[in-house]
Amino acid sequence: MIDDVGHYLAMGGYAAFVWPAYGVALAVLGGLAWHSWRRYRASFEALEKLQREFRTRR
Amino acid sequence: MINRLANPARFMRSSAVALPWCGRASLAVLAVGLYLALVTAPPDYQQGESVRIMYVHVPAAWMALSIYLFIAVASGVALVSRHPLAEIAGAAAAPIGAAFTFVCLATGSLWGRPMWGAWWVWDARLTSVLVLFFLYLGYIALVNAFDEPSRGARAGSVLALVGVVNLPIIKFSVDWWNTLHQPASVMRLGGPRIDPSMLVPLLVMAAGFSLLFVTLLLLGMRAALNERKALALRLNSVPASGRVALERPVAAQSPIP
Repeated sequence: MIDDVGHYLAMGGYAAFVWPAYGVALAVLGGLAWHSWRRYRASFEALEKLQREFRTRR
Repeated sequence: MINRLANPARFMRSSAVALPWCGRASLAVLAVGLYLALVTAPPDYQQGESVRIMYVHVPAAWMALSIYLFIAVASGVALVSRHPLAEIAGAAAAPIGAAFTFVCLATGSLWGRPMWGAWWVWDARLTSVLVLFFLYLGYIALVNAFDEPSRGARAGSVLALVGVVNLPIIKFSVDWWNTLHQPASVMRLGGPRIDPSMLVPLLVMAAGFSLLFVTLLLLGMRAALNERKALALRLNSVPASGRVALERPVAAQSPIP
């Protein structure tokens, strides 16, 4: 069982290239998704805050 | 008809409904794609298990090219119609395209090392994709270099349209020049020359990346519309005497309700 997992992770000797390739893709796209989500939430919060201020001032 | 659909307020309503579904669909399709790519797809008879890099590298390359084409079309529309949604679509797509181009370059390098014996070679395909990456960075820098979003979008649009010349160079570089990079085996006349056991995972990953692009595009466009609205609101709320300090009132130019 453990041998099977080890055999799979070894990727026929190409582990040092296959896993970093998937890791880079995950890190870059995941990082972009996380950043986009943060900016998305922040844009709503900033707009709502402004609209509240705008209403109270009038 | 198109004007009605492309109304920013309408876009905010319809994209709010579409966004969660796009997000879920992209996660589901990418999960299936990763399973197919990492588990069920067979090793290549020449390249062994290293061929699994293809399932990230090739769809990322397709995304890099098609997102640039998307930005070019949006730029053309933005220059002709000055529609705020077209400007916002181009600017929101650029970081996603740059990310996919980077993934394509990095995974290609990791694939090139065991197969070609080199992390990088200055051949036509690799160099033209590197130029594409710099075009993306240049576009992003230019769009954000102006205080007024519309001016930045117009400047960026011109760059994006000029850069389109690079797309056919990338696509046909493997036919026009002698390169280490192999020629097209999926998008070629006469149909794909690749076994279904490898073609299916490739297409599922491509579908997952496309859905991810739509999700991130909607996120970025909605955020940008909010930011423009907030900017307009902030400029409008400045008292008339304070407005002298501002060089150009932006609010008057962005027709966002």
